[in-house]
Amino acid sequence: MSTPAIHASDPYHLGRHPSGGPEYTGAGGGGPAPKRIVVGYGFWIFILSDVIMFSVLFATYAVLANNRAGGPGPHELFDLHTTATETGLLLLSSFVCGMASLAMAYRNQLWTQLSLLVTGLLGAGFLTLEAREFAGFVAQGAGPTRSAFLSAFFTLVGCHGIHVTAGLLWLGTMMAQIYAKGFRQNVRHRFLCFTLFWHALDIIWVGIFSLVYLIAEVLP
Amino acid sequence: MSSAHDFDAGSVVGEDRLPGEPSAAAPGALGAEIRGYLIGLALSVLLTIAAFWALHTPLIYGPSIMMAIVVLAVAQMGIHLVFFLHLTTAPDNLNNALALAFGVLIVGLIVFGSVWVMNHLNQNMLPNLQLMQMQR
Repeated sequence: MSTPAIHASDPYHLGRHPSGGPEYTGAGGGGPAPKRIVVGYGFWIFILSDVIMFSVLFATYAVLANNRAGGPGPHELFDLHTTATETGLLLLSSFVCGMASLAMAYRNQLWTQLSLLVTGLLGAGFLTLEAREFAGFVAQGAGPTRSAFLSAFFTLVGCHGIHVTAGLLWLGTMMAQIYAKGFRQNVRHRFLCFTLFWHALDIIWVGIFSLVYLIAEVLP
Repeated sequence: MSSAHDFDAGSVVGEDRLPGEPSAAAPGALGAEIRGYLIGLALSVLLTIAAFWALHTPLIYGPSIMMAIVVLAVAQMGIHLVFFLHLTTAPDNLNNALALAFGVLIVGLIVFGSVWVMNHLNQNMLPNLQLMQMQR
């Protein structure tokens, strides 16, 4: 396209374009949006509904955090070194997942598989630490049935852990599909959804380590 | 197809191509993409360290440490959205941003509404609770 109009070089310009170019589908001109935009939008709506579900669990935890029924509280249970390590593992996993999406964009099978493998290993490390933490709590008699605080804690953090587990299964499936089917469009769209899911899990974890683990330290 | 307006996972190098079609990405695009992720990673690490540091620093007034942690968490979520999820207000991405704004509204209503209502409920229930303890 050889239009010299200013808008042609400005992807953030809203509204119909005077040149009538086909590229700004989101602004209402230029026909239906490309499929990956529609797929990404649909999956983004799912992620937001998931975030709203987590917000209910966060609210439950915030309301019940002080109801300990004489049982152990956060000061006796939480070990911030574990939390810091878990945070680092999940953040790095999210970053390497971004590298995988770049390798994917360049259709590089080796780097895609390698970075996905590292993503999965970091995620598995996170899950191992979390499972060990949970087992330690239960061994101390601080299982989910001990108090309302612990019920809410296990529900919120455990729900995130289940999401990470599901993400790991999805990741393995994506590695197999990319290997077997190559960089087909539908495989790439599934992968786009997976990266959205994995990054969103890290955003939820930011909320958990801040609002559950760190704030518990400053509360009485 | 121009590569500058394509957002495959927010990536300008990942435009929809037919199989075997050569990449239309500009040279140096990969470096810029990696730099974006590295900036996101560095900022996230900084904000995480700041949140852990805020717990025990004498520089922040004690009762406001909680609010500092909340602010750092929200900032880090924003960093993730921009640098990892590539959320922008570009035309093809505007619907995502609007959906997010609605999601944030609902999350705010649920979390702050619940905490607010339940705290007031606890305050109003306190005499009854003490009464029950006295009757034991």
